[in-house]
Amino acid sequence: MPKIEITPELVEQHGLTPQEYQTLLEILGREPTLTELGIFSVMWSEHCSYKCSKRTLKYLPTKGANVLVGPGENAGVIDIGHGLAVAFKIESHNHPSAIEPYNGAATGVGGILRDIFTMGARPIAMLNPLRFGRIADPHMQWLVGGVIAGIADYGNCVGVPTIAGDIYFQDCYEQNILVNVMCVGLMTHDHLMLARAQGPGNLVVYYGSPTGRDGIHGATFASKEDPHSQQRSAVQVGDPFMGKKIIEATLELIASGAAVGIQDMGAAGLTCSSCEMASRAGTGVEIDLDLVPQRAEGMNSYEIMLSESQERMLAVIPREKIETAREILERWEVGCHVLGEVKNDGLLRVKHRGEVVAEIPAVKIADQSPQYSPAAKRPAYLDELPVAPVPYPAPPDWGEALVRLLRCPTISSKRWVYSQYDHMIQTATVVRPGDGDAAVLRVKKTPVHLALTVDGNSTMCYLDPETGGQMVVAEAARNVVMVGAEPLGLTNCLNFGNPRKPEVFWTFEKCVRGMAEACRVLQTPVTGGNVSFYNESKGLAVFPTPVVGMVGRIAPPLRLLTPGWKNAGDRIFLAGGDEQHLGGSIFAQLWQPQQGRDSFYDEREPGPVVGPCPKFDLNLEHALQQFTLEANRRGLINAAHDLSEGGLAVALAECCIKSGSGTREAGGGKSGGGKWGAGGGKSGEGELLGVRITAPQVKCPATWLFSEAPSRALVACEPGKALELSALAQAFGVLLVALGEVGGDRLAIGGLLELKVGELVRAYETPPF
Amino acid sequence: MKAAVVVFPGANCDEDTRWALEQVCGVPTQMVWYREPVPEDADLILLPGGFSYGDYLRAGALARFAPAMESVRQAAERGRLVLGICNGFQILVEAHLLPGVLLRNACLQFLCKDVWMKTVRTDTPFTRGLPEVVQMPIAHGMGNYFIDPDGLKALQDNGQIVFQYCDRAGRVTPEANPNGSVANIAGIINRAGNVLGMMPHPERASEDALGSHDGRLLFESAIEALARV
Repeated sequence: MPKIEITPELVEQHGLTPQEYQTLLEILGREPTLTELGIFSVMWSEHCSYKCSKRTLKYLPTKGANVLVGPGENAGVIDIGHGLAVAFKIESHNHPSAIEPYNGAATGVGGILRDIFTMGARPIAMLNPLRFGRIADPHMQWLVGGVIAGIADYGNCVGVPTIAGDIYFQDCYEQNILVNVMCVGLMTHDHLMLARAQGPGNLVVYYGSPTGRDGIHGATFASKEDPHSQQRSAVQVGDPFMGKKIIEATLELIASGAAVGIQDMGAAGLTCSSCEMASRAGTGVEIDLDLVPQRAEGMNSYEIMLSESQERMLAVIPREKIETAREILERWEVGCHVLGEVKNDGLLRVKHRGEVVAEIPAVKIADQSPQYSPAAKRPAYLDELPVAPVPYPAPPDWGEALVRLLRCPTISSKRWVYSQYDHMIQTATVVRPGDGDAAVLRVKKTPVHLALTVDGNSTMCYLDPETGGQMVVAEAARNVVMVGAEPLGLTNCLNFGNPRKPEVFWTFEKCVRGMAEACRVLQTPVTGGNVSFYNESKGLAVFPTPVVGMVGRIAPPLRLLTPGWKNAGDRIFLAGGDEQHLGGSIFAQLWQPQQGRDSFYDEREPGPVVGPCPKFDLNLEHALQQFTLEANRRGLINAAHDLSEGGLAVALAECCIKSGSGTREAGGGKSGGGKWGAGGGKSGEGELLGVRITAPQVKCPATWLFSEAPSRALVACEPGKALELSALAQAFGVLLVALGEVGGDRLAIGGLLELKVGELVRAYETPPF
Repeated sequence: MKAAVVVFPGANCDEDTRWALEQVCGVPTQMVWYREPVPEDADLILLPGGFSYGDYLRAGALARFAPAMESVRQAAERGRLVLGICNGFQILVEAHLLPGVLLRNACLQFLCKDVWMKTVRTDTPFTRGLPEVVQMPIAHGMGNYFIDPDGLKALQDNGQIVFQYCDRAGRVTPEANPNGSVANIAGIINRAGNVLGMMPHPERASEDALGSHDGRLLFESAIEALARV
């Protein structure tokens, strides 16, 4: 490569500040080569180095009795008993998806899969929280279709079930959609593989797809505002067939004992994996780029080091094991290319065409990247929020309000999404998407079941970042509790705007503090995650959007809890906190007479968010969760569903809609074995159960019906168990209010509304476009 | 008896199929790597679901040339039972062991959901123990079975249609057809009656915990048919 003059403009183009460049000069003791400049550029990008977030992330508790691996490795790992553990992590692929939704989302899936199986865990599930703008907009519909197809095609092809997720449609994501992807993998304790370049003399081996020019500077792209103004070359393209092959090859390689360290090449490609592996082991790595398999001609060292071509892995193999490794890799047809070896000089040394093109102290670049404490300032908007009046004006018709809420794209059935995902592959899914507050997987050959969910209500975080942060963690824990699982640990993806803006950074800090507090009280440590900054364009930042992926375990004996009503005559109770007010609710975005509107907003184009954030009591939340778990353990309840978007009325409706899935006919007979839930929507109608609810005398029926105040759940029990259930609630200090009973063919809330269950189903199953 | 599951690069449902056969039905099962022939003494050969070769070119188009397929063809000729599930069905039609083709779903999207099927023939080795209406899941983007009118007539005349998509009550209707398949065809058998191809997944319907055990009934029918031989 010709020697290029390093000008201040070139440094700036590489996303480095003059100060950072100074540090670079001090580390190297000389001017960098262009390749070295590129290496520093990606390693010190926000996306790779977490320079603005690292200090704040320290607030999060990361230790726990079950935690085997905490943040810092490719994924976190939690023990689940029986010699088994789960590795899991969530990541973002926001910026590429806004430009090229299909490949942006697909490669997001590919990338998170690699983070899991590189640890020695077989991927067993994926979940994806998605955030989009107004769904009525054709461009947004194109993005939505592309993202879902991208996730589906990759996940389905590699044979990993996508079993849960969530989608919100809010204006703030108009220019910056969010695509977060979580993967969970299962491993035995003895197959845990860390990403260390151990043992000087060991070989550094590349396998997977050849390297091309795709995705160069993908990491830098993700560390800047406004994806639309950046180059399209920064979107990577995935190959799920190779993805599947490297899953199998990697797991077999690890099981064989031939590898001492493996890392996938993700953001910042070969640069990141070689640097990080050397840094973690305190060793050096020397590689010759002439030996890198390439699929483009004439690539220079800069391009090869920065390429983010997908489906590539770097493994460290002792010399005496190389033939074992080669046999495995070649049998799976993924290639086996020895690039170089581990050294003991602590340097990343890169050669190309007979020259040394980069020689960088690995620890300094990976571990000693700049760290910042950006300025923080409370945003002015927090004092200018519209406030929901108390009492809230009643709409002309309560039934109409409920139907509109059920049709609201954020609330309505996501069947149109998850039916595109193979959610049954691996024959372990016991509670499918749409059938429970969390998905449940069995762990074959053990009595253990796992419950998985992702949650992230950004409206509450917008209204009150710290409380909102608490609520996000709490909701995720609550959702696994609702299916009878004990929350074990979480991964988080923190999606925010530009951290260099003091208001954004203040919000980020508050959210993280809130999350940390909730993690402490609910005893759910953080095992790892991802920060995605710069989700803003043209001055419009996304709502603070921390998303949590929670892993729970159901200890035997299995007593699956699902939301659908089970028997006519069962008693329904509302457990937990007070309904408070309508701040933060979707109802208050659809019905705003106080703003002079005398009709509902269209459910696909709701009005502005109304505050304030409800109050949240972590201790009450904890008590509610413990009560629910114990009530289930004692066999006292047979249905549970927490309140979230749409409040009590929507929760009651959902339990009606999902009823009939609790009972399953045993084999034989005309209709064959078993049936699951409101499967095709229409066919199950005759078996769905309604409710008869007595509305209490309340000051504000609107609040009672539609408030989204936290820490509340519906539980149902057989009549004979009601007394014991009440006593248990009292013992836990949880308020339990009798609402009515299951039965009939309609949702009847005395004096307020009465709708046939069939009508609820029709509204709920309305696809948004 | 002994079962063999052929594993192509990119197959995904091989382990699920092995689980259903071994753990649920108690049948010793050998996994056969696509470069090897199927063992001569395998009584029941399965081509599992998945995305062999990433579905490149067409689903099943490349797997059909896999070395193992020659032994599958010979086994079929010798009268061994062969079951192709989903991608396996696609491979069987590409290999011309079954007639017709599998096109993209009419809705143009991948579909994962439960379906009901009418068991049109309850006298094949695979279906003798099955009730009239069975429930199994589908998960495919290219399950739209097509054959030209003459081919369809031949299938009907020869009784080669084994499963048709229907509603819960057994009515074969357009609404019950998830992917546009001609005549709601979900599964067909060859003229000799030993090679069955079907889009729905019996291995995913072999345990009540997963929602249905009709798939187990299918495997058990085959096991029983082999025991009678």
